Amino acid sequence: MKIGVFICHCGENISSTVDCPRVADVCRGYSGVEYSVDYKYMCSDPGQNLIKNAIHKYDLDAIVVGSCSPHMHERTFRNAAVSAGINPFMVEIANLREHCSWVHDDIEASSRKAIELMRMAIEKVKRDKPLTKIKVPVTKRVLVIGGGIAGIQAALDTANAGYEVVLVEKEPSIGGHMSQLSETFPTLDCSQCILTPRMVEVHQHPKIKLMTYSEVERVEGFIGNFKVTIKKKARHINEDKCSGCGMCITKCPIKKKAYNSFEEDLAFRPAVYVPFPQAIPNIPVIDETVCTYYKTGKCGMCLKVCDREAIDFAQKDTMHVADVGAIIVATGFKLYNIEKKSGDSKYKGYGEYGYGKYRDVIDGLQFERIASASGPTSGEIKRPSDGRVPKKIAFIQCVGSRDDSKGISYCSKICCMYTAKQAMLYRHKVHDGEAYIFYMDIRAGGKMYEEFVRRAIEEDKVKYIRGRVSRIYEEDGKYIVKGEDTLAGMPVEIDADMVVLATAMIPQDGAESLARTIGIPYDKYGFFNEAHPKLRPVESTTAGVFLAGACQSPKDIPESVSMASAAASKAIILFANDTLEREPVVAKVNEDICAGCFYCMKVCPYGAVEVKDVKDMNGIVYKEVAYINQGVCQGCGTCTATCLSKSIELAGFNNEEIFAEIAAL
Amino acid sequence: MDKQNWEPKIAAFVCNWCTYTGADLAGTSRLKYPANCKLIRVMCSGSIDPVFILKAFERGADGVLVSGCHPNDCHYNAGNFHARRRWDFFHELMDFIGIEKGRLQFSWISASEGKKFADVITKVTEDIKAMGPFTAYKKMNSEFTIDFPEEPFEILKPVFQENSDKETV
Repeated sequence: MKIGVFICHCGENISSTVDCPRVADVCRGYSGVEYSVDYKYMCSDPGQNLIKNAIHKYDLDAIVVGSCSPHMHERTFRNAAVSAGINPFMVEIANLREHCSWVHDDIEASSRKAIELMRMAIEKVKRDKPLTKIKVPVTKRVLVIGGGIAGIQAALDTANAGYEVVLVEKEPSIGGHMSQLSETFPTLDCSQCILTPRMVEVHQHPKIKLMTYSEVERVEGFIGNFKVTIKKKARHINEDKCSGCGMCITKCPIKKKAYNSFEEDLAFRPAVYVPFPQAIPNIPVIDETVCTYYKTGKCGMCLKVCDREAIDFAQKDTMHVADVGAIIVATGFKLYNIEKKSGDSKYKGYGEYGYGKYRDVIDGLQFERIASASGPTSGEIKRPSDGRVPKKIAFIQCVGSRDDSKGISYCSKICCMYTAKQAMLYRHKVHDGEAYIFYMDIRAGGKMYEEFVRRAIEEDKVKYIRGRVSRIYEEDGKYIVKGEDTLAGMPVEIDADMVVLATAMIPQDGAESLARTIGIPYDKYGFFNEAHPKLRPVESTTAGVFLAGACQSPKDIPESVSMASAAASKAIILFANDTLEREPVVAKVNEDICAGCFYCMKVCPYGAVEVKDVKDMNGIVYKEVAYINQGVCQGCGTCTATCLSKSIELAGFNNEEIFAEIAAL
Repeated sequence: MDKQNWEPKIAAFVCNWCTYTGADLAGTSRLKYPANCKLIRVMCSGSIDPVFILKAFERGADGVLVSGCHPNDCHYNAGNFHARRRWDFFHELMDFIGIEKGRLQFSWISASEGKKFADVITKVTEDIKAMGPFTAYKKMNSEFTIDFPEEPFEILKPVFQENSDKETV
């Protein structure tokens, strides 16, 4: 075998601490090395041409490049090798930059290490075998998890491109948090007015299969070929028969046993309910935990009034399997629950603000419901405790956000804007009311955002106080907000009728367990990680899984929508080809020596191992061996280490190759 | 062997997705750590056979580090759980086969923990230095025929001198 060795200086990144010419000289002496050279930039066009010319001139069979991490330029050098007629898997990269020159100061030590790394790669490449990429078919259907604005947008975009979509939402209706908002900044247009047409479009789209009140249970497979198991929770209403007349809801005698979570617990709902009047689909759900029928077996009022016989108390959760080629995760956010104490949460609570203790200390979403025309007060600003119109409201920003001591160090991004909007809405509705906003900084980056905040201050006379609030307590029906004005340098005290806390955005419940189900990484807060923070912001590190909206980090509506469209277009790009090419790093069984113990089957995380019968010439089965489905195998190699007879090999990382690397240490 | 100038040789078996990438991050962040450790990349920590570790000791490693993704963060869902069980068991057997337990170390290092990678390498190198060279297995012969002279300086000399006068470009 003729091996070519190419040592890159990477400008001065490698050559400043590694003596590249010396490394090339030493490598030239190793057996099998036909040609060895160092060059300033191997990845540049002249550098790649140098490789190609050397391959032709010296008739090389394999090359070793000493350069940056294989995660960086392995593909570049493989492509160069291919264009010169070498199999791409006869290329090995020795990581001389990230693992050597950048981390060691001593020239002698790092040069020696570089030589050893090269030697390991040379020994490995000698044992490499040419491999061909595996072609797998693509299922042109996308799974969208989450039916908020991001999920809706992603589903519509993909469906409008002509591909089928399965949209899974865990709540009884799609719409997400956007459907709860009163008006949106900076245009003050009504949230429901712009959202509900989109919801209807999703419902009526022939390409979208909507599964509400459902959750993703299991995800198997890989890019282009996911197999998803979805649990459809029992609504106890037959969806095919229900017309959505709402008779069962009006007649249900259980009126005040369950809080309405859509109204952020500011109102009650019956045992049979739709989250809100414009819900899509407009099919109620029976809440087993409060319904009398499930407790005593009596009542059945809904059963009597439903003339379409849609009530089905015996309905059970059902499992559905969908084959999809791509997954778009858009699970969104929830608000930091500040009444939680440090014991049961990773975040420390805000006991000093009295949230949960005082009924008029509410969070941002509760204020949205109070200000919303469809909310519990029909849009009139009233105190939840006694229904009086508050004459003075204190808004407190950064409750939870940007506070390391409370467990969250990030900025929730939207609070500055929605607090300004809420103060503005309050001033529009209560003309003699006073609005105070306690802030740390005003972050109004966005089109027309800064102007919006100025408008709140200048036109609507909202009073901004720069400083933190230390304590809130009740006195004579008023809430005394004790804080500090850091610009004036003195303490302030406001006797407010109502306090609104702009609490931090945190990932939706169950985000971490969903991430584990799908196999995507998440950060310490539970937000899903993108593949690259700048250049691949909508892709996860798992191929074929894309991210949209606030499940990745706090986002406002336009950002969520644009991210959703980007994720949809990524899925559409994937579907533009009929087959996908996969790296051929898969396990293969040597059937001659396989003993048929099937330990590999037990450890395989993908279920890629199957039983194969080996027949003699008369067609009689004389032994069973393991067979690995190359389409399903992801190439982790757990089976190779488990195999007792060492009859499984992982292509590209087989035992011989690794032993050679060890031997060359 | 001169104890003063002796430098340990350490082999690290790392998974492609977490620890190898974490080591890349240590490089990108220009963190400094001793040059004694060389990484052998495998796709998943689950594919690290205990035989690899034995072979490394047999081929002159003074210490071995095994590292992969944190539990529950495995790129392949469960590979590191299999690995953990295998290592725990193998670790228990090490005294029996005549290798001090401290020569084999484990650590979970994720792709974002460049600092941890540098710290772990520094610590492992110090530990192995304190333990001194591992000689018990050196005399064992291997079926592998790649022979490099043992003295660190010798390895810098080409094994086959006859090729060394070839032209350089």
